[in-house]
Amino acid sequence: MIRFDYVRPTSVPDAVKALAAKPGAQVIAGGTNLVDLLKYDVAKPSRLIDINRLPLRAIEDTADGGLKLGALVTNADAAYDVRVAQRFPLLASAILAGASAQLRNAATTGGNLLQRTRCLYFYDPHVPCNKREPGTGCPARTGVNRNLAVLGTSEHCIATHPSDMCVALAALNAVVHVTGPAGERQIALSDFHRVPGDRPDLDNTLERGELITAVEVPFSDFGRHYTYLKLRDRLSYAFALVSVAAAVRLDAGRIDELRVALGGVAPKPWRNLEAEGLLAGAAPERRAYEAFADRLLAGAQGFGDNDFKLGLARRAIVRALTQAVAGTPQSQSDKRVA
Amino acid sequence: MLQRTDASQRGELYRVKLAINGAPHDVEVAPWVTLLDLLREGLGLTGTKKGCDHGQCGACTVLLDGMRVNACLLLAVTCDDRAITTIEGVASLEPTAGGGLHPLQDAFMDHDAFQCGYCTPGQICSAVGLIAEGHAHSRDEVRELMSGNLCRCGAYSNIADAVWQVLRDGTAGEGGR
Ligand SMILES: Cc1cc2nc3c(=O)[nH]c(=O)nc-3n(C[C@H](O)[C@H](O)[C@H](O)COP(=O)(O)OP(=O)(O)OC[C@H]3O[C@@H](n4cnc5c(N)ncnc54)[C@H](O)[C@@H]3O)c2cc1C
Ligand code: SF4
Ligand code: FES
Ligand code: FES
Repeated sequence: MIRFDYVRPTSVPDAVKALAAKPGAQVIAGGTNLVDLLKYDVAKPSRLIDINRLPLRAIEDTADGGLKLGALVTNADAAYDVRVAQRFPLLASAILAGASAQLRNAATTGGNLLQRTRCLYFYDPHVPCNKREPGTGCPARTGVNRNLAVLGTSEHCIATHPSDMCVALAALNAVVHVTGPAGERQIALSDFHRVPGDRPDLDNTLERGELITAVEVPFSDFGRHYTYLKLRDRLSYAFALVSVAAAVRLDAGRIDELRVALGGVAPKPWRNLEAEGLLAGAAPERRAYEAFADRLLAGAQGFGDNDFKLGLARRAIVRALTQAVAGTPQSQSDKRVA
Repeated sequence: MLQRTDASQRGELYRVKLAINGAPHDVEVAPWVTLLDLLREGLGLTGTKKGCDHGQCGACTVLLDGMRVNACLLLAVTCDDRAITTIEGVASLEPTAGGGLHPLQDAFMDHDAFQCGYCTPGQICSAVGLIAEGHAHSRDEVRELMSGNLCRCGAYSNIADAVWQVLRDGTAGEGGR
């Protein structure tokens, strides 16, 4: 681990100032990803800005009936909050599908958005990796890529964003609130993470020196017609190979509104608004789900180890839509797939 | 006393106040020292185990202000002013123990919930946290919410039995030794 110093501001303006004051300064929240990256010498901050004393731990009601989660609300506090569980069970379910109880107690809302990929090469500073060291190459394309992306990749990087929470947030049209040297702004969650293109080192659209202060989830009313279906190598405490966040509103026996985001298959939660729109008005039946899955997966390409994700994702989408329409969301403790 | 790195590598040290198993500690640490290394190397509390050192096994589970967390992914400086309970302190969490063991410790013995014992301190701290959280209402939920603790010996079914029994009955039950 490299050497760094440490400061502990108590207000957002002070934290933003501290972040700007020293090149290489980096924020630490729950530490569950950053401390790991420090140990591998992948993260090399000059200074850690401990934001745990900032007043960002509240979950607040918004005027439209939605909720605003402070950046320091832990994943456990978010998932078990009564308002989150009642209004956004899809979000609670996705959070509880991730990591372990210990990690969820420490991991924060802001940190979850900014966790880095789980590509093996990214974690090993002795091998090339365009995301870690731009221009060195991407050994994953022809190497070990079982857990990597099939959508949104570029010749420079095929990493996935590993979060479960963000997949639900994408389906729920969440908005990220940030504060930086230039003031405050809001970024739609769907615009927050980026595809690698020729800049795989940039995971997201946060500007240098910006701090996440909250994530806002606007009102929605899908009731029980949602599911978070996560498929992985073991039943718990493992990252998604493929996950699907689905929410449906039915009207007179037809699909009125549909939202589907995929996890584990792309550098960002993967949605296709046009494909969702095409399903509006359709009868909720398997053939329609399959056609939707084919549209959502259009252009998907495997790299060897991860070829299986194409078929798995298609089946998972169909299964998730079936669960959501039936109002039988996937349980996160009884893992049998309904 | 916390061991210091050699002078050429030594950065600034930071003063941290911790209540560990009820006793106040005032220590100086470098900012990159994890809570796990502070407990084990700095304070000689070796009950908490280092399995993977990367958040992947749960052997290092301790209670931070009563909440279970992985001590290997927590920098000690960030724990200033907080209370930590390790396996050395869990018995004193239960006034009924009367100087004896915590009901979970009894239950682990009654149910033969370990073989080598390496994962056990983390399992027990995790189970204390699980019970305090109050989100497990069935043995299946115990298994799911204990998934952050791996056991290389595969004592899982007995671990789940032990935790479920304490959760349900509040005691180690009559398996009694
Ligand atoms: C073994 C293991 C298994 C896991 N499994 C899963 C899983 O199945 N699903 C899943 O979704 N996740 C999983 N995780 C990842 C976990 O959810 C993340 O590590 C966690 O959400 C990160 O949050 P944190 O607060 O600990 O972030 P930190 O580690 O503190 O920070 C992460 C990054 O975010 C930055 N940051 C943090 N907060 C802010 C802020 N407010 N503003 C600006 N920058 C900020 C930091 O500088 C750092 O770059 C797993 C982790 C481990 C170790
Ligand atoms: S996929 Fe991305 S993160 Fe993995 S080796 Fe290639 S460039 Fe690095
Ligand atoms: S040693 Fe901390 S989780 Fe394995
Ligand atoms: S008893 Fe040996 S690892 Fe669990």
